[in-house]
Amino acid sequence: MTLSLVVLLPFIGAIAAPLFAQAGRTAIAIASTVPAVVALAALFPHWKTLAAGDVLVQTYEWLPSLGLSLSFRLDGLSLLFALLILIIGILIILYARYYLKKHENVAKFYSLLLLFMGSMLGIVLSSNLILMLIFWELTSLVSFLLISFWNHKKDARRGARMALAVTGGGGLALLAGVLLLGHIVGSFELDAVLAAGDQIKAHALYPITLTLVLLGAFTKSAQFPFHFWLPHAMQAPTPVSAYLHSATMVKAGVFLLARLYPALAGTDQWFYMVSFTGMATLLLGAYVALFKHDLKGLLAHSTVSHLGLITLLFGMGTELAAVAAVFHIINHATFKASLFMAAGIIDHETGTRDMRQINGLWRYMPHTATLAMVAASSMAGVPLLNGFLSKEMFFAESLELNLPGLWAYLPPVVATLAGIFAVAYSARFIHDVFFNGKPVNLPIYPPSEPPRYMKIPVEILVFACVMVGMFPAFSVGPLLYAAAAATLAGPVPDYQLAILHGFNLPLMMSFLAFFGGLAMYTQRQRFFDFHARFREIDEKAVFEAVVAYLADFAERLTARLENGSLQRYAMLLVVTAGTVAFLPLVDLGISIGAEGLSPIDVPTAVGALVLVGCALATVAMHRERLYSLILLSVVGLMVAMTFARFSAPDLALTQLSVEVVTVVLLMLALYYLPSWTPIEASGVRRWRDTAIALAAGIGMTLLTLAMLTRPFTSISEFFLANSKSGGGGTNVVNVILVDFRGFDTLGEITVLAIAALGIYAMLREIKLAPPSSDGLGNPWSVDAHPTMLKQVSRPLLPLAIMVSVYIFLRGHNVPGGGFIAGLITSIALILQYIASGMAWTQHRMRFRYQPMLALGVLIATLTGIGSYAFDYPFLTSSFAYVTLPVVGKFEVATAMIFDMGVYLTVIGATLLLMVSLGRLSMKFDQPNRGNAQGGA
Amino acid sequence: MELVFAITIGALTGSGVYLLLRARTFPVVVGLTLLSYGVNLFLFSTGRLVTGGQPIIGSTGTYTDPLPQALVLTAIVIGFAMTAFVVVLSLRSQADTGDDHVDGLRESPENPDKNGQGASQ
Repeated sequence: MTLSLVVLLPFIGAIAAPLFAQAGRTAIAIASTVPAVVALAALFPHWKTLAAGDVLVQTYEWLPSLGLSLSFRLDGLSLLFALLILIIGILIILYARYYLKKHENVAKFYSLLLLFMGSMLGIVLSSNLILMLIFWELTSLVSFLLISFWNHKKDARRGARMALAVTGGGGLALLAGVLLLGHIVGSFELDAVLAAGDQIKAHALYPITLTLVLLGAFTKSAQFPFHFWLPHAMQAPTPVSAYLHSATMVKAGVFLLARLYPALAGTDQWFYMVSFTGMATLLLGAYVALFKHDLKGLLAHSTVSHLGLITLLFGMGTELAAVAAVFHIINHATFKASLFMAAGIIDHETGTRDMRQINGLWRYMPHTATLAMVAASSMAGVPLLNGFLSKEMFFAESLELNLPGLWAYLPPVVATLAGIFAVAYSARFIHDVFFNGKPVNLPIYPPSEPPRYMKIPVEILVFACVMVGMFPAFSVGPLLYAAAAATLAGPVPDYQLAILHGFNLPLMMSFLAFFGGLAMYTQRQRFFDFHARFREIDEKAVFEAVVAYLADFAERLTARLENGSLQRYAMLLVVTAGTVAFLPLVDLGISIGAEGLSPIDVPTAVGALVLVGCALATVAMHRERLYSLILLSVVGLMVAMTFARFSAPDLALTQLSVEVVTVVLLMLALYYLPSWTPIEASGVRRWRDTAIALAAGIGMTLLTLAMLTRPFTSISEFFLANSKSGGGGTNVVNVILVDFRGFDTLGEITVLAIAALGIYAMLREIKLAPPSSDGLGNPWSVDAHPTMLKQVSRPLLPLAIMVSVYIFLRGHNVPGGGFIAGLITSIALILQYIASGMAWTQHRMRFRYQPMLALGVLIATLTGIGSYAFDYPFLTSSFAYVTLPVVGKFEVATAMIFDMGVYLTVIGATLLLMVSLGRLSMKFDQPNRGNAQGGA
Repeated sequence: MELVFAITIGALTGSGVYLLLRARTFPVVVGLTLLSYGVNLFLFSTGRLVTGGQPIIGSTGTYTDPLPQALVLTAIVIGFAMTAFVVVLSLRSQADTGDDHVDGLRESPENPDKNGQGASQ
């Protein structure tokens, strides 16, 4: 419980803290401190077990099927980080109370700060790697909001965007890496992953996994070449910089290196990737820091450099180096957070951070100056301060690397050189700011000491620097040991936390760095002149340009693909589908399978000829729409014939009746549309479309041919065997529709109903004037409803309905059924409308089709639900044979009720859409034209 | 037989695709109808071409595969619903824009075709 509570508390605080905003900055600061203090107290009791090397794991199931669980884990390493996050967090909360101005959105600031604290605790305490990744992304998001806290500043927005793009992109890489890790290990739990180190390193996917994980770590920890976001994130308020960009978020990357050290480290790839990245970052950051005039810019590049140092230590791969890395994480967090706070105080009291203006502040704020100078000395690696100790360990380790030949000199030389730069920029921080003449044009003059309580966090951190520097074993020894043991997941090597290890080579390197750095600072003007010769790359401009280019490219691509033309989309759709189908088709080739071709009889060949001829003629005549439609109807009839020819009587009946309704519908529509199509497309476009059509046609021909000539097996044996015994019918097609696959049919009639209702809705408020003449300019016939048709159609209605009832009833056993019967009834009714006109027919058929439609779907659904009453699954059918006098023995099946639903839905849908369309003409009925309905 | 059947499906598909790519609504509807004929025949033929059989138990010695037939039966009805929907949509478009071009309102002042690549050639 405690671990999840520790993670949860700051999140609760983030919601609760803004409630205190009305009561002022002090109240909200105190309210924000509470969750952090409680969390700290909750961690405290575990210290004893952790110091003994035990691990605390708490797991709650979340989505076990995805390997995701709410599991938390506390060991020495996560404890160290949790303490850093919570303690420095509390100090930052106090500091920010005085840093923020009264009119600023304090509630938002504290809320975000606590959100960040919770996310960061989530990273270090998660046991499940996916869970950790969620918190990892959360820190990226919250840091985006914190960097852009002053969102009226353009630079702040840009810096935030850059940070989000880089760290978020790295997070994606890490996600992929973590998924691969889980794939290799078979679990996302940290214990399993750490125990599977050898298995991971031997796996074929290890190189790519490591690269992806490192991408995540390097982007987060601002390693070269991703370091550029960190200096630009300095647009954030200084408490944010002190918290996120020195002590916590940028440490998440190196935390990951430490966390996965047992699982991933120890290979050549790890050594080269991690140590060389670290070396490059170390040197580059230290070099650039010297030339920054902005106080926070200097500190930011120094942070980049120190993160490089930690990375390099992890990259070395020796156990002692890992201990030194953990030690430097602690030391850097303390001195850099205090330096950022001091920089914030100076900014706060002078109104600027430009070191060319801030000079000689010793006279105005000696207290702050003392604190800042101690912290800066620690950054430089001056003895008796904590920075010195870990730097000595680093120097010692850089001598231990067994690189071949002259390469062996590289690490110590780089280390010393970076040390020289570090001393030089630290000296600049001290000398430029506090001495070096008088202030120049300060916006706030004269500067003074800040409020008392604003200095307390700095004092505490500087005190820690001194304590660790002078009494390392006493102050930080046990914690360091526990953290190192957890990092290595094994025995910790012997190491001495002494102030001096005797007069040895590392000490010589320290001396060299110290005096070299001072010498460099005194000669700084030469270096500045040298540096000024190079054009400085503005990463922000480059980044913005890249983003702008990508956005522009995407926009142009989208505009090309999506130009608002449906015609274009149809073409792209067809071409894409064809392209996707092309490759598999190539594999198939123009092939005739094992079955070979069967002979063809003359009638079939003639029928096929008519079908193909009419299809092509439909295309050729498509500008003359009426002719095209007539040809289309012939095609439809021939398709029905084809079904009949190849043993599908149900399909033939359905196709035939649908064909009638379709043609009537299209005729009705054509009445309102132009009756001819203009020539618009250029010749090129028509040739292109012809080519696409030819490709589609030939492709389908080859595909069909290949399929038809190959042997096949079907699952239909089951249906044939069970239709009679299980479904009670001999017409297997119908039994499949209403029984075996009844659920599909239910879905289909629902779609039918929805389509009809959609049509009804579209036509309700439509304003379409019927044309006064046909396409050729002839007036409509005065005799819209010929007497012959009227007289023949009326007696046909009862006959047709009788036929449809017959077709319906017999459908279960011989061709027929609900669909076909429904269509026949519909056609009979539509014929009345056509023959006698809307007004006449509506007057005699006073029922609405929407309720019929709904009733149909309802009956079908209720039939399905009915089976629940008998403890059967949805849509289970049953049947019985009933013997009646006169009629004899016949079968009654629940499937018949279902089919009744289908029947009613088909009638309702067909009539609803036809009548909606037909009714349009009634609005415009004018006496001189009579009833124009159906006159197209 | 199989070759002729395949060519038939190819002709239906090709004709349908050509009309599908036209600029006016009515030919597109006709094209969709042709295309659905082709698709239905193709689906139907996955049960192979059987002469003189029936999917009725006890009626014949050779049974045809009833499953594709059941699939195609509903496909025909759904295809009809789709055709009806599309044709009414084109009516609606005609009523709202006074034009039966598939791209609807072209060259409206709010949304000029920047690239001049509209399909209205």
